[in-house]
Order: sequence, then C-alpha cells, then structure tokens
Amino acid sequence: MSSQNPLDSHHQDLSSRAMDYTVSSGRKFFGSLMTTLVILCVAIAILPLGSILFMLLKNGLGRLFQDFPAVFTELPPPPLVDGGGLRNAIMGTILTCLIGSLISVPVGVLTAIYTVEFGQGNKLSQFVRFCTNVLSGVPSIIAGLFAYGVVVLTMGTFSAIAGGVALSVLMVPIIIRTAEEGLKSIPREVRQGLVGIGATTFQGVFSVILPAALPFIATGVTLALARAAGETAPLLFTALFNQYDARSLREPTATLSVLIYNYAITPYKNQNELAWAAALIVVVLILAVSILARSFTKRKVY
Amino acid sequence: MTSEPISHSESLVESSQRFRAPRLINQIFRWLTLALAVGIGLVLVWITYSLLSIALPAIAQFNLGFLFTQVWNPVQELYGALPQIYGTIVSSIIALIFAVPLGVGVAIFLSEDFLPRRVLTPIAFLVELLAAIPSVVYGMWGIFVFIPAILPILQGVHKAFGWIPFFSTAPSTRQMFATGLVLAIMILPTIIAISRDSLISVPPQLRQGAYGLGATRWETITQVLLPASLSGIIGSVMLALGRALGETMAAAMLIGNANRVNVSLFAPASTISALIANQFGEASGLQKSALFYQALILMVLTLVVNMLAEVIVNRFQQVE
Repeated sequence: MSSQNPLDSHHQDLSSRAMDYTVSSGRKFFGSLMTTLVILCVAIAILPLGSILFMLLKNGLGRLFQDFPAVFTELPPPPLVDGGGLRNAIMGTILTCLIGSLISVPVGVLTAIYTVEFGQGNKLSQFVRFCTNVLSGVPSIIAGLFAYGVVVLTMGTFSAIAGGVALSVLMVPIIIRTAEEGLKSIPREVRQGLVGIGATTFQGVFSVILPAALPFIATGVTLALARAAGETAPLLFTALFNQYDARSLREPTATLSVLIYNYAITPYKNQNELAWAAALIVVVLILAVSILARSFTKRKVY
Repeated sequence: MTSEPISHSESLVESSQRFRAPRLINQIFRWLTLALAVGIGLVLVWITYSLLSIALPAIAQFNLGFLFTQVWNPVQELYGALPQIYGTIVSSIIALIFAVPLGVGVAIFLSEDFLPRRVLTPIAFLVELLAAIPSVVYGMWGIFVFIPAILPILQGVHKAFGWIPFFSTAPSTRQMFATGLVLAIMILPTIIAISRDSLISVPPQLRQGAYGLGATRWETITQVLLPASLSGIIGSVMLALGRALGETMAAAMLIGNANRVNVSLFAPASTISALIANQFGEASGLQKSALFYQALILMVLTLVVNMLAEVIVNRFQQVE
C-alpha cells in the first residue's frame, strides 16, 4: 500500500502552516480512490448474483408457467422427448432432506445441550466446538463418500437413506452452532431460578430453556435445510438418481440438485430447460427459507 | 460468555427420597448428551477411517508415489494423483487471488459508514445470498452464461500475453482459469462475512485515536483497522481456501476433466473432487480404491487448512 507517504507529507504540512489544518490533495486523492475502489468491489460482488437470478428467471420461469402443473406432477422425459416434469426429483429432495434432519436435529440439539448446559465451557465442550467447526469445513463430496462407505456398501443399494445420512453430516454443524447460540441467549437469572426451585438440568432444559431457545433452533434447522436442499455432491453416490419414482427408501432416488447436474450437461434442449426450471425451484426455495430463518430470530424472546 | 457454572444436579437437596427418580433421569440424560458430543468428535475420525479402509488396496499398490504420478489409466490399472492435486491447489489459488482483495474491499465498505445503515443492511443481505446459491447452479451458470461471456476477454489476453506460459494455449470452453473465477465468486461470502466481523470488532478507541492524530478515514483503515483485524481476515481466507479446495460441482462442470498437468491456465484441467464426481459412477475395484485414495488426500488437505483457520480465528477472538 502507498500509505506511508501521506503521513510524511502531513508532517511537513503541519510544520509549515502551524494551526491551519487541511488535508493535502494527495491524501484526499488516496481517499477518494480507495472509496471508488471498494464501491467497485461491491458492484463486482453483486453482479454475479444479479446475473444468476436474472438467468434463472429468464430460463426457468417460462418453463414453469408454460406447462404449469405438469412441471410439478410429471416424470422427467427421456432424451429427445418433449414435456415432462420434476415430480420424482421434488419428492426425492423433500425425502432426503427430511431423513437428514431426522438424524441431525436430535444429534445437534442434544450435543449443544451438553456443551452449554452440562459441559459449560469445559475442555471437552471446547474440543467439541473445535470438531464442529472442522466438520463444517469437510468437503461435501467427502460426506457423500463417507455415506457410500458406511450405508450404501452395508445396505447393498443406493437409497434415500444413504442420501439423508450424507446430508446429515453437513447439517449437524449448522444445527449445533445455532442451538448453542440459542441456549446461551437464555439469561443467567432464568437458570438461577431453575436451581432455586430445585429442578434438575433435565427438567430445566425441557420445561423452560429449550422452549425459550426454540426460535434459534428453528433458525438453525431451516438454515441447515437450505444448505441440504442445494447439495449435489453428497447425493451423487448415495441417493444416485432415478428416472422414475422411488417406491421405497431403499431405492435409488432422484433429487432436484442431481437432476440439475445430469440435465445441465446433456446436449438435449428439453432436459436443459428442465434443469433451469429445477434450479429456479431450488433457489427460490432456499431464498425463501433463508429469509424465513432470519424472521425467526428477529423477534427475540428475551 | 463468562457465566459461572451452575450445577443443578449437585446443589439439590441430597438425601430426599422423592428426588431420586428425576436425578436418575438427569444422569441418564447427561450421559446421552455426553455420548453424542463425543460422537461429533469421533465422526471426523470415522470419516477418515472409512475413506482409509476403502483406499487401502490403492495405497498398498501405489504408496506415496501416487502423489507424484501423472497417469490415470483404468485399462492398465495405473493411477496417480498429481494432475488432480495440482489442479485443486492451482484453481484454489486463482480463486483466492481474485476473491481476497474483492472480499476485503466489500468487508471494508460494509463495516464503514459510507452509506446509512438502512442501505448497508440490504447490501450485506445480498452478499449473504451469494452463499445460498447451490454450487450446481453456479456450475450451470458457468456453462451457459459466465464462460461464454468471458471467453472473448480471455482470447484477448491470450493474443496479447500468449508468450507467458500461463496463457499460452487458446482459451478452451472448459478450463482452469474460468473455474477459478467461479470459485472466487463462491468463496466471496466467507471472506466478506468474517473479515467484516473482525473489522467491526476493532475497539473504537483505536479509530478515535487515529482520527485524533489527524489521520483521514482511509489512512485509519489501511494503517490501523486492517492491521488490527489481520488475524480475522487471515482466518477468513483460510476458511475460504478450505471451501475452494473441496468445492465439487462447479469444478466438475467447468474444469474439463483433463487428467494431465498443463501449465496453461486456459487449458482443461482436473481437481480431486471433479475427478471423483465424474468417475465414481463407472469405477470399480482398484479404480474405486484409487478414487478413495484421492478423497483421503483431499480430506487431509482440507482438515489441515480448516484446523489452521480455526486456530487463527480463535486467537483473534481471544485478543478481542
């Protein structure tokens, strides 16, 4: 940075014109240059978002409205066949996310209860927090390979269950963190009151603390769902894909995100269109959920 | 958080019979939550172990030479990871080169009062939305919008600077450089969010002191605020690096999956995660094992980066 010079010249300024303090033109120029640069940075950072949202609307909206119910109710067509919809993929996304949260919500919330209520910042809870943060940095494809090794190889088949397990690995850190925040937001007076009336931690947590921390936990779950709904890599080798409806949890299952991947890289126009429509659905879903999650914590309980 | 430990269970009236059942339930509950908390730590070990157990045949076959071999031949069953390791690291470096200045710039803008808070909050929200877009959508956007848009620019760069080895081949529609740019966009929110937090958390006295000495706003930023929040910014860059290293879908869709090292950034390349995403479906036997070996390398790489980031960010929080 060319930042030492202005201060030097500043010194000379001061000595020559004792009390008259003005900022030299060089320093002013440096300031306006940097201000322009950071505004440019913001513009560049927001440009891709604008472009992505615009293209999603432009390429996805038409298909969504053109054959309105069909996109949601029909199966994806084979190559070179027109029409079709995303029924199995929508169901699959809901299903895998549901299984993911069935695993990750209890595990995440109970872990947070240990670190905040029982552990109270001891060495073990610090270690758990460290592991949580490191776990949240594990690449999503590794979570997929993990679920492949643990679930798919054991069950002998690709399935929605394996997909859900892979997603739960990615959801757990988010849920632990937000649940911890929620539990910590309960004022100390409430805990002291619970001790005063002779409640055990178990009774206190389930009768008072958890209900009060619920908005935070709800935020965590929705944020985790938003992440899971868009994940593709962990599902590639776990839920795999299915041209048709999965008839049970033990079958390969189509999901919106894997469908986007498969259909975006084909040369067929109809499949590309379906990929855009699916992408629009996923992004709208995720944006809605993220905004919803913010509104949970806005109205604070305490 | 300096709340004193309040142990509900111990401070209760000890001997009364009727408290026995609730206390037993409490103990069981305590052990349950403890087991799950320990389980979170074990999951990391479990993940590494499960990768290792499937990678074992490939590790036995190729040893550490795997890391330095440039071959991927399923017919002769010869595998090496050099092109993927190279691609993973180089694409992440390209991403960082663009994302770090951009992200720190945006973080400065959002942490200063250039604009009223009413305007800044929606901008910060928009930046957060970048993180909410799924990577497969970035990949699709890259294929249909971004790469066609920047290809003419890259062609210009190739014409003007073709003598530099990095730009020596005509820009391909699937290439390392464009992938790095898309990765840069994807890791921006990470850098912005944490850098902004650490800039905001600089004690206001430092800023007031700098102003009192006659420093302008930008002199204060570059000479006081940025140095004071450096560890937070470095932590954010490490976390972003971790994300770029492991990013799968955008890389798999954009990088072109060429299993060789090419010095030119405009040529197709490959990353560890892209290779796995592309080949896992058809792989079996030793090839699948080799893919898990690659995954293990990626796991170790990201674990090291993330643990470093964690330590750096923690230290910054303690200083604060």
